[in-house]
Amino acid sequence: MLSTASTVVVLGALAALFLLAPGSSEVRHTFFSPHDMWQALIGDPRQGYYSVGEALWLNIRMFLAAEVLILALALLIAVIRQSAGPVMFPLRMISTIYVDFFRGIPLILVIFVLGFGVPALSLRFLSSQSAAVYGVAALVLSYSAYVSEVYRAGLNSVHQSQVAAARSLGLSHWTSLRHVILPQAVRTIIPPLLNDFISLQKDTALVGILGAIEANKAAELYSDTVFNYSGYTVAAIAFLILTIPLARFTDHLIAKDRRLRLAGAPT
Amino acid sequence: MTGQLAGTGGADEVPPAGHPSEAVRIEGLRKSFGANQVLTGIDLSLAAHEVICLIGASGSGKSTLLRCVNLLEPIDEGRIWLSGQEITAPGVDENLVRRHIGIVFQAFNLFPHMTVLRNVTLAPVKVLGTSRPDAEEEARELLRRFGLRDKEADFPDRLSGGQQQRVAIVRALAMRPQIMLLDEVTSALDPELVAEVLDVIRELAAGGMTMLIATHEMGFARDIARRVCFLEEGQIVEDAPPAELFTNPRDERTKRFLRRIVDAGRL
Ligand SMILES: Nc1ncnc2c1ncn2[C@@H]1O[C@H](COP(=O)(O)OP(=O)(O)OP(=O)(O)O)[C@@H](O)[C@H]1O
Ligand SMILES: [Mg+2]
Repeated sequence: MLSTASTVVVLGALAALFLLAPGSSEVRHTFFSPHDMWQALIGDPRQGYYSVGEALWLNIRMFLAAEVLILALALLIAVIRQSAGPVMFPLRMISTIYVDFFRGIPLILVIFVLGFGVPALSLRFLSSQSAAVYGVAALVLSYSAYVSEVYRAGLNSVHQSQVAAARSLGLSHWTSLRHVILPQAVRTIIPPLLNDFISLQKDTALVGILGAIEANKAAELYSDTVFNYSGYTVAAIAFLILTIPLARFTDHLIAKDRRLRLAGAPT
Repeated sequence: MTGQLAGTGGADEVPPAGHPSEAVRIEGLRKSFGANQVLTGIDLSLAAHEVICLIGASGSGKSTLLRCVNLLEPIDEGRIWLSGQEITAPGVDENLVRRHIGIVFQAFNLFPHMTVLRNVTLAPVKVLGTSRPDAEEEARELLRRFGLRDKEADFPDRLSGGQQQRVAIVRALAMRPQIMLLDEVTSALDPELVAEVLDVIRELAAGGMTMLIATHEMGFARDIARRVCFLEEGQIVEDAPPAELFTNPRDERTKRFLRRIVDAGRL
């Protein structure tokens, strides 16, 4: 009750501030014009701009493709970095350099280098892919570095005594990892993993710089053609529709895990 | 591999190193953690079906010794044989060695995400390749023998400490080990639960199981062990049958240790 009241007051104050600002009507026209928002949403290729709604489908496909590849590549990197023994040393070193490198370089640079550099090499198959493919490759390279650290933190969260118990039964390193360590690590891994995926959903917009018509690029084309920014508002709403469910789902999982822990369920 | 050996204190007749009638033979074992020299030259041999208790102050190296025998800790110097085969030789498959050695830890270390039955059958199925129905039948048999028949579907955190420790013992026994290493298996238990676990160990001893037991329970050591070894500063100071060691210790350090135990009312 009190919370509803305070929400109404705060929102009302913000709306008043916006509506009473000297440039308010100007901004309302350039960012929130219903006509332009509708035009941007449905698009009109003859006029030189594309549907933001349709373009969002490319973001979704890039996100899904990248997600699967990231989960696999990052797990591989994390497992290599957790490995023991001199045989694995070169691979461990490569993985460490990889993670340092791609965590240190801005994603937008990786996209540039892959998207413009690889085609310029004029290689047989590699140089003739679409912008979206280079974009996904860049997302995978960059995000795998982060996500591998999420995995690693999860693996380390399982107590050493569990490793000792598994190994003392004669289980190999890999069998212990698969049946004892990973299942226990999952609950620590999932929330930060979903957070990274929320940010991955947004970052698919960066692939627009290579010319791929994703939602943000479609909005840009609209504003270039019609000189009205309402297309960006449509794109913003589209990204929110994409990210908010995942964010809510993450919170839901965290809350559920907390409840289970409090209830003393199998940990 | 064979060769006559200078006296290992206590044993009246010294068989050649690595003789199959010896369950375990340890020679010149040294182990440090950084600058901390924990084991400073351990010589010990254990005949088949023999039960030896390791006693000594906290930090004297009992746990480290057991972990070295199980190859959970890499050793710095010395050699260890299991039933006549050197397990510290280069190229030995440690997973293969560990199949034959059961170890039970102070903190149980059951796998919290698996039921009791899965805890017990994991290694037989994954390591020995036993079929699941066979492994489960054997596990049920063992669980029944140790009074855990109705617990097979429970998760470990639903069990009392004593029950958890008995499950841990059953889990080790399911691999049909040649020898059991027990590391203060009653120290984490409430006093009223100690007896049920000690009874299990007595039953194992009566069944002819070879055991190396680190313990603080002097009364238990006195009636179960054929020999008791007193450890101090990483060495076996005295190695004698319990009747001798507890009533008529030779070494000054053993006397001092036992006096402290008696003063604390634990003997
Ligand atoms: N993994 C490790 N890393 C560094 N030091 C260790 C490690 N494990 C044991 N130590 C050290 O080795 C020494 C002997 O420890 P250990 O656990 O073997 O003693 P203990 O006789 O089992 O003692 P307690 O009766 O308390 O169990 C201690 O000083 C301990 O700090
Ligand atoms: Mg100990």
